This record gives sequence, C-alpha cells and structure tokens, in this order.
Amino acid sequence: MTLKIIVRGKAQGKILKTNIPINFLGAVDKKTGIINDRKHDLAGKSIKDSILVFPHGVGSSVGAYTIYSLKSSNAAPTAMICKKTDLTVASGCALANIPHVIATDDEYAKLENGKQVTLDAESGKIL
Amino acid sequence: MELTKEEELALKGEYGETLETAYRILVATGEATNAEKLVPIKWAHLSGVNYNTIGDAGEEFLSKLSQDAKVKVMTTVNPMGFDFDKVSNYNLSDEFIQKQQSIKNSYEKMGVIPSFSCIPYEIFDLPEKGTQVSFAESNAAIFANSISNLRTNKESAFSALASALTGKSPYSDLRINDKPSLTIRMKIEKPDEMTFGMLGFFAGKIADNSVRIAGVSKMDKRSCKSLCGGMGTSGRCGKFVLEDETPDSEKVDFDKKELQNVYDELNTSDKGDIITLGSPQLGLEEMADLSSMLKGRSFKKRCMVFCPRAVQEQARKIGYTNELERAGCEILSDCCTCLTPLVDKNDIDSVTTNSIKGAYYLKNSNGVDVNLKPLSQIIQDETK
Repeated sequence: MTLKIIVRGKAQGKILKTNIPINFLGAVDKKTGIINDRKHDLAGKSIKDSILVFPHGVGSSVGAYTIYSLKSSNAAPTAMICKKTDLTVASGCALANIPHVIATDDEYAKLENGKQVTLDAESGKIL
Repeated sequence: MELTKEEELALKGEYGETLETAYRILVATGEATNAEKLVPIKWAHLSGVNYNTIGDAGEEFLSKLSQDAKVKVMTTVNPMGFDFDKVSNYNLSDEFIQKQQSIKNSYEKMGVIPSFSCIPYEIFDLPEKGTQVSFAESNAAIFANSISNLRTNKESAFSALASALTGKSPYSDLRINDKPSLTIRMKIEKPDEMTFGMLGFFAGKIADNSVRIAGVSKMDKRSCKSLCGGMGTSGRCGKFVLEDETPDSEKVDFDKKELQNVYDELNTSDKGDIITLGSPQLGLEEMADLSSMLKGRSFKKRCMVFCPRAVQEQARKIGYTNELERAGCEILSDCCTCLTPLVDKNDIDSVTTNSIKGAYYLKNSNGVDVNLKPLSQIIQDETK
C-alpha cells in the first residue's frame, strides 16, 4: 500500500464505499451524518463511524463546515479515503482531525464495502 | 511541502492557536495538491457565512476564533441567510436571527469587509492580471480564473479562511498553470443562460481541475455567471477556457441528449409557486436588463430578486429598483437563492428559477421542487 497521507491519525471502522462523488453541503445531514441526496447511491445511509470511501468531494466550498459539524455532533466518519484530492475534504478533515488519505486506483478498487479495517494514516497502511 | 522557519513555528503553535489551526489547514491542502511552498495572496473571499449552512458548530467555531483572529489581507464574504433590513417581513425564528447576527459579528470582528455577496468579481476593483487570490465561493473562483485573469484554486471555506488569516496559500494546480486535458464541444445552437448553466453542470461532473470549451465564441454576463454557477455546483473544476479543440485532448460533446439529462436531473416540477432570480446574485448589468425586459409588465406571483447591497444601492440611484419594485419584485440583499431560509418548504412547494446552481440547492437543501425556465420565458409566462 502506498497511501498518500493528507491528515495524519489512526482510525477503525467498517468501510462504507461509493463510486459517486459527495457534495457534503447538499447531500449530507450535518447533525446525523445521513446522506439525504435521493439521487446518491448512499441515500438514506449514515456515514457516522464508518471509514468513508468515495472518489472525491464535489460542489460547495462550505462542505468543509459540514465535515466539521459532523465531528462536533459525533456523526462523522472515523476516516475518509478518496481517489482524488479536493480542498473541501482536505481542509474539513484537517480542522476536524479526521484522518484522510488518497488511494491509487488499484488500492481503491480493493477496498471492500462492509469490511472492518484499521487505517493507519501515520505510516500509510490499511490493516 | 517546504515551510519557512517562521511557518514551521506557526504550525507548532508558537504564535498561538489561531495561526496553528490556519497552518494545519494550509499544510493539508498543500499536501493534497502537491504544493512545494506557500505563496502570498492579495485577496481572500470566504464562504461559510450563512447559519443555514454552517450551523451551530460553525457559529461556535467562528465566535471562538474571532476572539483573537484578524485577517491579514483584504477579505470579503459570501451571502448570509437573509437581508437584515427586511428580516422582520419574514417568519424567521429568533434563534436563527441571533445565530446569524453572531456569525456576522464574528466576521466583522476579524476585520472582513461585510460584502455578503457571491459575486465579488463584479462589485470590487480587480487587482492586476495574474494576481494570486483565494476564493472559496465556487462560482467566484471559476469566474476569477476564467474571466478576471486572477489565480486561485477552487478553495474551500476553511482553506480560504486560513489564507485570510495568514495571507498565504499553497502554490499548486491552478495557481501555477493548468492545461485542460478535456475539451467539451458545445453542440447546442442558440443557447440561453440556462443552456450555459447546464453546460457548466455537465462540465463540472466530468472535468478535472480545468476544462476547454470549444464552440462558444462569446457569452453575455448572465450566461457566463450561469455557467460558473453550474460548474461550481457539480464538480471540482475551477477554470474553463474558451478555445478551439486541440488534437491531443480528450473530447466530449455536449449535445441535446446531455442537455436533456441535466434538465431531467434538476427540473422536478412544471410550475413554481414563486420565482427566484439570482444565484449567483444579479449584478448591475443584469438589474438593468431585467428592468428593460419587464417594460411595464408585472409579475403574477411573488418574485424574489437577489443582488449585493452595493448593487442595490447603485440600482436605486439609477432607477432600476423602482421599476423592479413596481413590477412586484422583492429586492433582497446580503443573501441569495441558494440556501436562504426565506424559501421554506412549509410555505412553498416549488420554485421557478433560471439558476442551475439554485436548482440543485433548492431541491437538495431547501427540499422544494424546481421548475427551470430561462429568464425570457419567465417574463413571458409569469408577467402580465
């Protein structure tokens, strides 16, 4: 594994994976962590305490506040793994201290939905 | 990313918690974009002003931050939730008003210019070509890069705030140079502003940091802002260039089928209970346009028009606001179609608008249905 580390830390959780980008402002309830964009394949699911795996963030720059609010409401994912970087997710995770890494396409493909894993975003490993 | 000695010390907390937080954000966004260093910026434009979007956690964060934080460069801010002059006309909770007031106070305490506008590029003098700025509002970042010859990445609320507090941004991506690897060929004839908004929404979904648009020689201001708004909503793309296709780039057509797909995604109703104009907010040119298009006609239903305070004042002097108010428009400043609690699903089922960006947030955040129509059609159908 050669994960690129954006925000350091360690986290455990079940992988919640989607191949659709996430607009944190429009699509996620900032107090419960439930995806409320009815067109998203995670619609109705909660991202709370998951290791959230998604291609990248999209849309409003205020999505960074959503990530911070999720953390303040104890409804945040324990970590986020993306394929591409974007500043909203990177800065939101930095302020909220949520470990955040970027995986290569191959690594990303290997991440299985529902699997319990430990992310070490200090050494860049998924166990 | 290489930091100077001073920057290292700030990151370690030697200069206090505020700068430590700001540098922690800049380091994360710098790592994310493979920046080698931080560079000075001259202007920051912040998002994260509306209580509706940042909530209690955001309000508390800003209140604490503003106790000792001060911006180091010219800093302007996005719209908030409502128009302070007209808030008493609406049924907003005292709690909302108080929390919004607290956010406004926090920003003012930090030294920002209380512009409450998502079109800073239309209401402030622009710095010289090539100047590094840090714009969080997505339509403004795209407009600044593509039209105003400024340089910014598509910043987030926190990365722009960190830039405002430090006067710096990571030197990466669109700040250096970015040659689009994707060309979108515009295949729609006689496009109106909504067509351009949908082109932007489509482009945002498939483009990376930047995109080339072929087949468009010019756009009016309304169409251009619509394109920037649509593009900023759907993706991570922060810049477009209008030029002919090049042989080496990947090409995708924006044709009738793609146009219909975007329309079907965003249009959820065949009529609206009210009309909203302005997301992005209307500039002076569009206020002039609207008043001349109305030509004595009046709206048959409620029509909310959103423009910056500075534009409303100019438009009042020239007489545009008189004409718009005569036609029944409610002119609102400091806020915008997007995410205002003034559009409440308890009172309103559906909204007619020409804004692609507005359509996305009206549906997904305000929870109302959307009826999309270009402005010319709105005037034809909804006025008498």
